[in-house]
Amino acid sequence: MAADLQGDGLTRAEGSGRPPHPVDRGAVPRGGDGPVHVHRAYPHDSAHLHVQGAASYLDDLLEPEGTLHLAVGMSPAARGRIAAMDLAPVRAAPGVVRVVTAGDIPGRNDISPALGDETLLADTHVAFHGQAMFLVAATTRDAARRAARLGRIEIEAQEPSVTVEDAERRDERVLPDYAFGRGDVATALKAAPRMLEGRLRIGGQEHFYLEGQAALAIPGEDGAILVHSSTQHPTEVQHVVARILNVPDALVTCEVRRMGGAFGGKESQATQWAALAALAARVTGRPCKLRLDRDDDFALTGKRHDFRVDYRLGFDADGRVSAYDVDFLACCGHSADLSQGVVDRTMFHADNAYFLPAARVASRRLKTNTVSNTAFRGFGGPQGMLAIEKAMDDVARLTGRDPLDVRLANLYAPGRDETPFGMKVEETDTLRAIMEGLERSSGYRERRAQVDAFNAGGGWLRRGLALTPVKFGISFTLTHLNQAGALVHVYTDGSVQLNHGGTEMGQGLYRKVAQVVAEEFGIGLERVRITATTTDKVPNTSPTAASAGSDLNGMAAKVAASTIRARMAGIAAALWGVDEEAVRFRDGMVAAGAESMTFADLARACHQQRVHLSATGFYRTPNITWDRASATGRPFFYFAYGAACAEVLVDTLTGENRVTRVDILHDVGASLNPAIDIGQIEGGFVQGMGWLTTEELVYAPDGRLLTHAPATYKIPVSSDVPADFRVELFPNSARQDTIYRSKAVGEPPVMLANSVFCAIADALASLDPGRPVPLDAPATPEAILNAALALGGGR
Amino acid sequence: MRDVIRFVRRGQVVEVSDFHPRTTLLDWLRLTDRATGTKEGCAEGDCGACTIVLRRLRNGAPVVEPVNSCILFLGQADGAEILTVEDLGDPDGRPAGASGEGLHPVQRAMVDMHGSQCGFCTPGIVMSLFALHETAPGPVDRRAIDDALAGNLCRCTGYRPIADAAARACGPERAPPRPLPTFPEADPERDVFVGSDETFFAAPASEASLAALYARHPDAVLVSGATDVGLWATKALRDLPKIIWLGRVAGLDAVEDDGATLTLGATLTHARALPLLAGLDPDIGELLRRFGSVQVRASGTVGGNIANGSPIGDLAPVMIALGAEVELRRGDEVRRVPMEDFFIAYRKQDRRPSEFVRAVRVRRPGRDAAFRCFKVSKRFDEDISAVMGAFHFVLGEAGGERVIRSARIAYGGMAGIPKRAALAEAALAGAPLSSRKAWDLALDAIAGDFSPMSDQRANAAYRGHVARNLLLKALTEVAGASTDRTRIVGRRPPELEAAHGR
Ligand SMILES: Cc1cc2nc3c(=O)[nH]c(=O)nc-3n(C[C@H](O)[C@H](O)[C@H](O)COP(=O)(O)OP(=O)(O)OC[C@H]3O[C@@H](n4cnc5c(N)ncnc54)[C@H](O)[C@@H]3O)c2cc1C
Ligand code: FES
Ligand code: FES
Repeated sequence: MAADLQGDGLTRAEGSGRPPHPVDRGAVPRGGDGPVHVHRAYPHDSAHLHVQGAASYLDDLLEPEGTLHLAVGMSPAARGRIAAMDLAPVRAAPGVVRVVTAGDIPGRNDISPALGDETLLADTHVAFHGQAMFLVAATTRDAARRAARLGRIEIEAQEPSVTVEDAERRDERVLPDYAFGRGDVATALKAAPRMLEGRLRIGGQEHFYLEGQAALAIPGEDGAILVHSSTQHPTEVQHVVARILNVPDALVTCEVRRMGGAFGGKESQATQWAALAALAARVTGRPCKLRLDRDDDFALTGKRHDFRVDYRLGFDADGRVSAYDVDFLACCGHSADLSQGVVDRTMFHADNAYFLPAARVASRRLKTNTVSNTAFRGFGGPQGMLAIEKAMDDVARLTGRDPLDVRLANLYAPGRDETPFGMKVEETDTLRAIMEGLERSSGYRERRAQVDAFNAGGGWLRRGLALTPVKFGISFTLTHLNQAGALVHVYTDGSVQLNHGGTEMGQGLYRKVAQVVAEEFGIGLERVRITATTTDKVPNTSPTAASAGSDLNGMAAKVAASTIRARMAGIAAALWGVDEEAVRFRDGMVAAGAESMTFADLARACHQQRVHLSATGFYRTPNITWDRASATGRPFFYFAYGAACAEVLVDTLTGENRVTRVDILHDVGASLNPAIDIGQIEGGFVQGMGWLTTEELVYAPDGRLLTHAPATYKIPVSSDVPADFRVELFPNSARQDTIYRSKAVGEPPVMLANSVFCAIADALASLDPGRPVPLDAPATPEAILNAALALGGGR
Repeated sequence: MRDVIRFVRRGQVVEVSDFHPRTTLLDWLRLTDRATGTKEGCAEGDCGACTIVLRRLRNGAPVVEPVNSCILFLGQADGAEILTVEDLGDPDGRPAGASGEGLHPVQRAMVDMHGSQCGFCTPGIVMSLFALHETAPGPVDRRAIDDALAGNLCRCTGYRPIADAAARACGPERAPPRPLPTFPEADPERDVFVGSDETFFAAPASEASLAALYARHPDAVLVSGATDVGLWATKALRDLPKIIWLGRVAGLDAVEDDGATLTLGATLTHARALPLLAGLDPDIGELLRRFGSVQVRASGTVGGNIANGSPIGDLAPVMIALGAEVELRRGDEVRRVPMEDFFIAYRKQDRRPSEFVRAVRVRRPGRDAAFRCFKVSKRFDEDISAVMGAFHFVLGEAGGERVIRSARIAYGGMAGIPKRAALAEAALAGAPLSSRKAWDLALDAIAGDFSPMSDQRANAAYRGHVARNLLLKALTEVAGASTDRTRIVGRRPPELEAAHGR
């Protein structure tokens, strides 16, 4: 196994026709006493299982004898009072064992993360189309699904709110408005040499995790219950199940080994399916499994928030911004869910990488009769950033300057380094180095000239180019979530079991944390057994979210491992009569001077000496404070930075387009695992590109989601990704004391895809230079053609 | 008659008779065979997580086909070997150990190139790449890899490492193909009928027994590739108690080419039709390349696409523009209908009870013809058309000028059926090829020809603009513009850029 896990010598980009180069460039040089396992390109912990179909996901677990299968009965209307619900035909359907309704809930009919505004099963009213109203338990999944369509439901339907404007008209909100800012923006706008006003609509995004939502609940003794859930937040599942069943948290265990993707969609919104499975298990006394059909998953689970952004910008002839006044109108869906944090993060990223001398950043959290929008990689940040990128483009069009020059002129810089919420941007040098480095390595200036020359030739086909930055704040803005626990056992044969509160959804967290533990003990990775995340090993965990998984859990696991290592070192030191500090753990050996023994022998010796070989570790992020009421403090431990340069070719007759080349330079500090980090960057970028191009959520006026399947909702496929795709890690080392000086990588790369949106706008701008491009997101072929027509092209 | 279906699984011939006709192969694998390596991501043929490989002998020659097992009925595996991700590893079928030795080169490359993150798409991707590994004639380039992967969605990786893995495993140093198993003894003359008169899965062996069976059961559902019907089972939850599968009917996939007319048997798959149709015009080849995915083209058939009668089916507009005919059979009676007359109204075709589509007959465009077709969809690959336009101009000369003698123009996505643009055709008939005035008349006529719908794929206004612009594009190209300046994909070979016929 060891040979298989060697990361060195791997190459990448073979398919792109460029010379292969080692993937662990960007890694810290090793040798001597340097680290062995961290900063190294190991494969994903389950890679060998993935490729053989041997990695078990929830639906692959062997079902206990007698397991029942569940299906959800869904609301036929988007808003209204439930007048009647005749479930007799459902009960009579073949294979049906039990039909469960809100009345069967022993505890509170509440699955909301905080506000108590969301039911497990609708009781008196429905608030979106498809909402769960009842649950069928049957002997097969097929029988359950068929029966679930037989309910005779009458709703006294009302006109639903589907758009921002609907909700504005009704003035319905899920949370109060919130704003912060700096300076007197109205005056600054008046004083500015030039002013522009703009409006941008930004569509939502379906997560489209390849593994849909699923849960299996197994009843135990004395009211206990074990819930397997495909969740990013086992602790939340535990709490909600306990609340629904009216039992103490201690009776509920939630376990997850891996998810087939999550992206935020299983942070708060995996709980409902787990709670339904638990409820059915309680009611029937049998194990119950619920796996949503893909189309139902689309209809029943929340998405990235869609927005309307209205902005006013003051600037001068050079494109330097003096004031930004922005209103973010977020469609939150029918309940608050995580919208407080999501929209706050939109506001925190309204500046992206630009200094705004005067700013007013305001938000409204509108209630719509649509599924409750939720966390999605970037957590509101992408929408905040896209708006200011659009505004930068507008400034460039109006001043006639290159958009890159406008961006550089406004970039955070020493002395111009405070965000609108008062936090200092400490690494302005990193930001500038990334922008200028990418400008050089992408050949931006020469390509700008080529693109302009091509477009000057007229014709339908236009090229576009854009280089955009990302600055993304790392930490949960709900400060108390910035904590993590881990549990490490060393066995007497020297093998190690590792557990922590983080969940594995494909991001490589389990592998990274195992690297940290292997490093600590100086043993091979194959000696570290990674175990499923479960609430009975590490309690009271935070969701695996906010890109903070490795930062938090890596640190907690390091603390646990070093506690055990210190105990072991003490025994070795006593045995050999040396100082504890002299004891080294490396290559499976423990040594001091001329003395040495295997790690396993030392473990056995410790056991003989009655030394505890198990420890927990706990970590909380230092140095963060945020007071929302006064909008003061330092919400983020640090920022992660990056930049991307995208080039596109657009057919202005049809709006069809191709991304022809992408260059990325991204900062992950000193990477824990460069292969995994590059994977996060590429994958995040492509996901962001999908959000801004082909992924369009279309709702009917009656609130039905029309794009409820991959047949109509189009995420990127292989041919959408340019063959010429150059990703580099920016050589850096985190300035804060993070785990091995690495930086978080999960979310920031999504926003690198703003470059694609801006490049498409750049291509269109050539139709009528000097005018802002009226392009909304996603830039579907239809949106592009409409913008082209507005600029006098498109025919 | 045979009353079981038979296939090869893990080297053994398996016989199954106790199954509901609508059972999908995926459900059989996961629930009955307990082979859970194959995943369900959508149950509608779009994500590829359920991709498996079927190998069978067709006319004595082995074929290797990646298919979406989620929308394939179990009975359609009759006669085939079912290979799933668990079966790759060692050619002798020994599973690879945790260390990964004994992995298939495709699996090995996926590990080495970091081609999996969450891993849920991975089994399907491995099987698609395995099929590519077994079938690609030489080393593959990115274009070939993209085509092979068009039916596999990955939400995590961004595909680059998967493409690199494909390039490595399907490069110049390729492992030898997997040896063939011993297939069930061939019995091409025997009808297959599993079940009762009320509930059955039937696979007649000849046209005659198909005609007879369908006459007895006019309420049966004909299944060809099941790339449409499969969704009736998995999404519409229709019962489908009586299924007649056409895949065993001898000769129903026959191809005839007498130089003037190309006849494509109803059960000819899109994969097999692709090179033949590309021979009519490269644009049709490009259209078929973008038709569904490798998996959909391996199962889906020409007859199924026409018989399905969808207003957004891709073949119909092409066939209408080329003046093709549908050949139908009921009992012993065979008749031919012009393709444009076959489509009567939304989802209503000129097909009588117990009548089936036998073949599509298409005339080769003449030397004096110029043909173009364009598919416009939200996403380039594996998407359904928002608008699809096919343009067939017969050119000639009059008064020293090149003229359009006649035009046949058909669109999909613009009406309840695939439909000709009669007014636009009339505006062009007899007009000089380079007359901007005639063009403008024709372009304006499109608005009179159609009043399209708004739906989740596109709004009516967009459809109208695009239909008009596609005609403009076709005319511009036929008048001589290089596709370098008119297209962003699917450029034509230089020798075919200008109009034919002069
Ligand atoms: C992921 C995906 C992508 C797709 N992409 C495209 C695309 O790009 N373009 C496109 O046009 N379509 C597309 N389709 C639709 C479908 O693949 C095609 O319509 C295909 O040609 C159907 O052929 P089939 O053999 O699978 O038909 P089936 O599903 O087997 O049958 C379809 C219909 O035709 C009837 N039928 C079949 N054969 C006969 C016959 N010989 N006589 C009478 N009736 C018959 C059936 O009873 C049924 O009503 C896609 C489908 C999927 C799942
Ligand atoms: S499960 Fe998605 S294609 Fe079959
Ligand atoms: S690895 Fe997660 S979907 Fe492909």
